[in-house]
Amino acid sequence: MIEVKNCSKVFTLHLQGGIRLPVLNNVNFSIIKGEAVALTGPSGVGKSTLLRMIYGNYLAEQGSITVDGVEVVGAEPRTILALRRATLGYVSQFLRVVPRVATVDVVAEPLITLGTPPDQARDLAKALLSRLRVPPQLWSLPPATFSGGEQQRINIARGLIHPYPALLVDEPTASLDAENRQVVIDLLCEAKARGAAILGIFHDAAARGAVCDRDVDVGAFVPDADGEAAQSAPVSA
Amino acid sequence: MTALAAELPAEAPSPGAEALLTVEGLTKSYGSQIGCRDVCFDIWPGEVMGIVGESGSGKTTLLRCLSGHLSADSGTAVFDGEDGPVDVLSMPEPARRRLMRTEWALVHQNPRDGLRLGVSAGANVGERLMAVGWRHYGRIRETAGSWLDRVEIDPERIDDRPTTFSGGMQQRLQIARNLVSAPRLVFMDEPTGGLDVSVQARLLDLMRSLVRDLGLSVVVVTHDLAVARLLADRLMVMRRGEVVESGLTDQVLDDPQHNYTQLLVSAALRL
Amino acid sequence: MTDAAYNFAYLDERTKKMIRRALLKAVAIPGYQVPFASREMPMPYGWGTGGVQVTAACLTPEDTLKVIDQGADDTTNAVSIRGFFEKTAGVATTTTTAEATIIQTRHRIPEEPMTEDQILVYQVPIPEPLRYLEPRETETRRAHALEEYGIMKVKLYEDIARHGHVKTAFAYPVLVAGRYVMDPSPIPKFDNPRLSGSPALQLFGAGREQRIYAVPPHTTVVSLDFDDHPFNRGGTGECCALCGVADTYLDEVITDDVGGRMFVCSDTDFCEQQRDAAAPTAGWEAAS
Repeated sequence: MIEVKNCSKVFTLHLQGGIRLPVLNNVNFSIIKGEAVALTGPSGVGKSTLLRMIYGNYLAEQGSITVDGVEVVGAEPRTILALRRATLGYVSQFLRVVPRVATVDVVAEPLITLGTPPDQARDLAKALLSRLRVPPQLWSLPPATFSGGEQQRINIARGLIHPYPALLVDEPTASLDAENRQVVIDLLCEAKARGAAILGIFHDAAARGAVCDRDVDVGAFVPDADGEAAQSAPVSA
Repeated sequence: MTALAAELPAEAPSPGAEALLTVEGLTKSYGSQIGCRDVCFDIWPGEVMGIVGESGSGKTTLLRCLSGHLSADSGTAVFDGEDGPVDVLSMPEPARRRLMRTEWALVHQNPRDGLRLGVSAGANVGERLMAVGWRHYGRIRETAGSWLDRVEIDPERIDDRPTTFSGGMQQRLQIARNLVSAPRLVFMDEPTGGLDVSVQARLLDLMRSLVRDLGLSVVVVTHDLAVARLLADRLMVMRRGEVVESGLTDQVLDDPQHNYTQLLVSAALRL
Repeated sequence: MTDAAYNFAYLDERTKKMIRRALLKAVAIPGYQVPFASREMPMPYGWGTGGVQVTAACLTPEDTLKVIDQGADDTTNAVSIRGFFEKTAGVATTTTTAEATIIQTRHRIPEEPMTEDQILVYQVPIPEPLRYLEPRETETRRAHALEEYGIMKVKLYEDIARHGHVKTAFAYPVLVAGRYVMDPSPIPKFDNPRLSGSPALQLFGAGREQRIYAVPPHTTVVSLDFDDHPFNRGGTGECCALCGVADTYLDEVITDDVGGRMFVCSDTDFCEQQRDAAAPTAGWEAAS
């Protein structure tokens, strides 16, 4: 479902005199349907970067990334937009929304964009919000003033409301208490069970263990002084 | 005759096989001063393209060349219209004006430029319908009323003049007036400029849902990166008349490649 | 009886030629306002100089001229203009519509149906139907050229929204031959239906604004309206107090200062004809 081949990423900081920051080199791995993989490695090694590259949010310097057979590197924007609409989901660490839109509408939007009748989409949104233990009083309020944990759960609801065949999750359980963490873990496992391929970053070892089948160590793709990867062989379980 | 639908389509729009608008080599100078140079891009059905840049970037010149207010020095802009592909820049004026009233729309920065202030809201919205030949007063009024509702203006105000509306309401009226003819391509020039922040938010949300529900393609010219982030799928960054970078909005804002884009993004107050 | 100091019908031949060229263009493009070089006439602007110039260009010595002002042959203006042409052209004049070959009119169409041997010359103050909606000449010319009459339709819509009906009572805009929107001069809307399909040639002259336009014979002229608010010519529902006819445009005459009034035909010749037809048969039932 997700295949990354010989990918690398270099940041060029023009505002700092144009210095080049190689972050990732020769990334190779793949994930099949129904499999959940965790990206591991120390903070700042490039886990989020890699996730964003797969989503098309960051440009890859070279190499190939395919999601459900669609090439992301060098793709036309509309190709990636279509991919993101129906196939590739992304739960980031931050909730970014249009101000003053009600929570239930924020969560329902991905479905409405795909053509689900708005009332039906909102019902599904409400069900998911209930499951994530977001109280009904909050559903008609815009989420900007909610607590971090509440915002994160709304983010997750928005990311999971549509059954994406491929899911990217970045710290989905951070800022959640134990009960809510469990709900999220359950949701991810259910997604996996229906055949989704999941790639995630989990600092919480317990969540990682509960959801994921194997790890990919991003540290293996960090370029050394010469810009080459420490290990060029693909890592798999 | 263009279909004038007040109803929502049941399906989300799927990408067409043809680009809706293909612009190539668009160049306009004011004497020795470059307005915009060699601009190339295309827009696909259902896409929102943001054009950002500071003053003097050429984004307004580009918009005005495309909408027919200025004549470009060179270049083509081929629109996949009802009657087949046509180069908008070399169309005869009557045809271009007809296009601007039917398949295209232009939402001005200042709603007062895009409305008839001396006639009622209903007349403003109904004008395009009458221009394409609608002859039944009752139906014109009814359609105007439903569009007012769609842009969240109380339909009771159908007979009020726009001078009695707030700035945000005037802007929404302008949008209704433009969308009533079911255009496929909408140009917006700083649509939230001059509005209070809270009013901007409501307008942005309205625009997003209209784009989604009606399958519109939109070109939004703005200097506000936050508006571009929320509204646009794709972004084009212009500087001194040239396109310096383009791509997915989130990619251009999160992973800017060009020198100038990085400067622009780092200077934005809140993204 | 022509005053020897004047050319026939006052204007010199080259001016008449210029006006006739404009008239030909106007007839070729029904409803289109043709600019022409309006001359200084011996009456001020606003007193019918446009109509007079058109009449002067059309007159031949064999013509019979009738001049009416709001339907009457005997107002100051009608009398003056008739006298003017008697003096400068020496043509026969009449007050009987059926006998005239050229009829110059201010703000009315004669009740008597026109024939194909007649020319009706209208005096026009403001030829541009969009003038009060769009003051810029550049914009109104463009509107006519591009057939963009949205502003007029907006005005009609607005009237209905505001008053329940179109409140224009005279100079009601019309669409000529399906192309140009035209101002028929300040005739009451009651007269509008008579513009369409007339066998006579209808010419319009605006002296101050320097425009000439025309409705050729048998041209379709439609008053602007909506399907569900069709054009309504109006009418008082009264009968003329003098001749008894109902379906004619009536003037309201105040007869005393305690509210007394009566309605009489605006078209004086028509009223007189009706009365003459009835008078010899006094004692009989008048034929309907």
